[in-house]
Amino acid sequence: MTAHRTRPLRVRSVGTALGRVDGTEKVTGRATYAADHADGVPGDVLHLWLVQSTIAKGRVVEVRPEHALSHPGVVDVIDHTSAPRLVDTENGELAILQDAAVGFRGQIIALVLAETAEAAREGAALVEVSYEAAAHEAELREDNATYRPDSVNPDLETDTFQGDVDAALREADVVVEQTYRTAYEHNNPLEPHATIAWWGEVDGRATLSMFDSTQGVHGVVASLVPMLGVEPDQIRVRAPYVGGGFGSKGEPHAHVMAAALAARTTNGRPVRLAVTRQQMFSLTGYRTATISRFRLGARSDGTLTAIAHDVLEQSSVVREFAEQTASPTRMMYAAPNRRTTHRLARLDVAVPSWMRAPGEMPGMFAHEVAMDELAVACGVDPIVLRERNEPDLDPETGKPFNNRRLLDCLHRGAERFGWDARPREARTQTDGDWWVGTGVAAATYPAMKTPGNLARVRSLEGGGYAVAIGCVDIGTGARTVLTQIAADALGVEADAVDLSIADTRLPSASVAGGSSGTSSWGSAIVAAAQLFRDDHGASPDPGVETTASAEDDPAAESHAFHSFGAVFAETRVHRWTGEIRVPRLLGVYSVGRVINPVTARSQFLGGLVMGLSAGLFEESYRDSRFGHVVTQDLASYHVASHADVLDVDAEWLEEADEIFTPMGSRGVGEIGIVGTAAAVANATYHATGIRRRSIPLTPDQFLDDPGT
Amino acid sequence: MDSQITLSVNGTSRSLTVDSRTTLLDALRERLGVTEVKKGCDHGQCGSCTVLLDGRRELACLALAVARDGVEVVTADGLAHDGLHAVQQAFLDHDGYQCGYCTPGQVCSAVGMLEEVKDGHPSHVTTDLEADVELTDDEVRERMSGNLCRCGAYAGILAAVRQAAGA
Ligand code: FES
Ligand code: FES
Repeated sequence: MTAHRTRPLRVRSVGTALGRVDGTEKVTGRATYAADHADGVPGDVLHLWLVQSTIAKGRVVEVRPEHALSHPGVVDVIDHTSAPRLVDTENGELAILQDAAVGFRGQIIALVLAETAEAAREGAALVEVSYEAAAHEAELREDNATYRPDSVNPDLETDTFQGDVDAALREADVVVEQTYRTAYEHNNPLEPHATIAWWGEVDGRATLSMFDSTQGVHGVVASLVPMLGVEPDQIRVRAPYVGGGFGSKGEPHAHVMAAALAARTTNGRPVRLAVTRQQMFSLTGYRTATISRFRLGARSDGTLTAIAHDVLEQSSVVREFAEQTASPTRMMYAAPNRRTTHRLARLDVAVPSWMRAPGEMPGMFAHEVAMDELAVACGVDPIVLRERNEPDLDPETGKPFNNRRLLDCLHRGAERFGWDARPREARTQTDGDWWVGTGVAAATYPAMKTPGNLARVRSLEGGGYAVAIGCVDIGTGARTVLTQIAADALGVEADAVDLSIADTRLPSASVAGGSSGTSSWGSAIVAAAQLFRDDHGASPDPGVETTASAEDDPAAESHAFHSFGAVFAETRVHRWTGEIRVPRLLGVYSVGRVINPVTARSQFLGGLVMGLSAGLFEESYRDSRFGHVVTQDLASYHVASHADVLDVDAEWLEEADEIFTPMGSRGVGEIGIVGTAAAVANATYHATGIRRRSIPLTPDQFLDDPGT
Repeated sequence: MDSQITLSVNGTSRSLTVDSRTTLLDALRERLGVTEVKKGCDHGQCGSCTVLLDGRRELACLALAVARDGVEVVTADGLAHDGLHAVQQAFLDHDGYQCGYCTPGQVCSAVGMLEEVKDGHPSHVTTDLEADVELTDDEVRERMSGNLCRCGAYAGILAAVRQAAGA
């Protein structure tokens, strides 16, 4: 293995609309997701069902399995007294069944194995558990979010300060000081999490094999290895098809450990665990609710002099996760005086985790509604306001941005959307019983690459090339775009590339997350292909191979890399019912080179739809008396359905960012959700004159006259 | 309690034993290995288990297998017996999916829905109950709303259904 300094790719297939290479499998249903696997699973599976705690805090006194065991088909009940021991329990989320402690309602406290899923489920209902309950705290309030984490996700400063915010606010001509709230949200990929696991033995060493619904097979191994006390080569994880993740499959959650532990007890018989939709609401991560206190100080023309963003949110006592809600505030607009802070309430609740654009999504909702309020307060058009606050250098690092094109996105969007025709005043347009308005918000997302990626290129008989990297396609189109990248890096047609992914037997790859997948994996593939050509020439003998990782361009050190976008929304708010419709939603993005216009467009549209959904519908309602989410299914947790989504469109600027990656791309997966809810909220204000500062925006919030 | 039932699955007769608690979805997936029918919620709330039962679209998770002895099941894979169905090809043409998990259900739902339109079934947004249904964008959106797509591929799904309706 060698680290190779890549050269910019000569693009031929990249940039073209190659159809998804796995399309036929998906439209016929032949694609096999984790729970679908039968081939390659040795023998009849045992079905695993989870027993979850019904108290939020305390300890399990006794688990009585008798009734469950007498139910036909039930094979075993495993609890904290009988579960295999882990050698490392530092990850409190994954270290299940190691002691009697209960840290949140819904925690896994026992496992039931049975011959059928029906028996396993019934068995789980028949397990009797007695508890010793303790007082718990499950409500995020402004007065209990006082804990200062050492860092925020992924490894960012908790607080930042520049200049003197308070003095600047005192001297400002215009001040906007408001509090913005975002709701608890659950990722809800359509494929529920599932794991098939079995243990075997190779050369006298125990081995664990899994099919898992994950965004990163190598990451699952890395998480399990220290806890199970095995070597990485003792675990194999595969994930050929994954039905979405949106962050919730970014790291293994407790159910993966449940499957691994249960399978340890079955003498090699495979165990299948299909997490239910209801269980997902306590076990597979979610986005914390956020409370953002924003203070903007500006001169009368809207030029910012101070930006302060103080965030209150929650984590879990079981495992810390601090959403980086104020991180975009650090780089978005120019201002000499700045401040960002994060404080957490550490609650006795399920463990929060990544959800699409953690940080940027809730943070930019707050920032972009605050900017809209500032535009109104200054009597300045919202796009002009953003022009006046464009920084020359990245306010956070002082480095030049590589290609910051926020204004180009805003201007292009304004042109397409017909922004010029917009009346400046709110509550001035109606169509029948509907108030009509438009709004805009900016979007941003950092360009990220993750270290630790390796790709392998091998020449095949007949002129083709096997390209291998152990990454996962969760629906993004990775299989397709990596095929295109490999083809161009090798200088061959796409159909000469035989790409293998999604197996830990393949070279190491980072998680499909942080919009970093294509940048990280693609760079490694380019490195391996270029080195392969350097070493073996244009007509290699079959069977020669090269494995390589990509070395960063040294110029990357001296730049700040971020993508930008502008989201425009038209909303209609019904005068009598408050119903909100969004007839038009447009996003214009600057993301470096788009590798495949079809799959990238679907990523942008999917992000816009999820942002719209967050803006209007999504709220996990937690009953803090009991600590659990009440709205734990797809009827009560509404995600945007087809009828909710009208004209949604996306386009992007032609460009290439060749300092960042040899492909010129910066990543597209998350930016579509950023700013979208703010654009919708700003448009509802423009329609009705009623300013709402929390999402989801619901009809009842728009029934009053403005000012009342 | 176990019962013996027979299902016709994509034209092949299959006999199997089911627990009276077994849903048609689990009978297909777990007993018969027909895994192209997906389970997104098991509660009739997402549409990913949509199949054609005796020609009509239905949610397999809401049907008990014992109650559907003898039913004719057609799945997304079954629609592709002579190459892809026009609806499936349209989903490919318009990228009406990303992860593909909702897709077999969307495809079956679209096929069933287009039949309903042909048969003159009105929907919540149909304004003229006397006339033939005009398949507007709003009609498609409304009629396909039982099939959630968390990847948000609705624009592609709409375009695909319109293409297939014209075919
Ligand atoms: S699995 Fe049947 S509707 Fe969701
Ligand atoms: S394609 Fe992923 S849920 Fe529809």
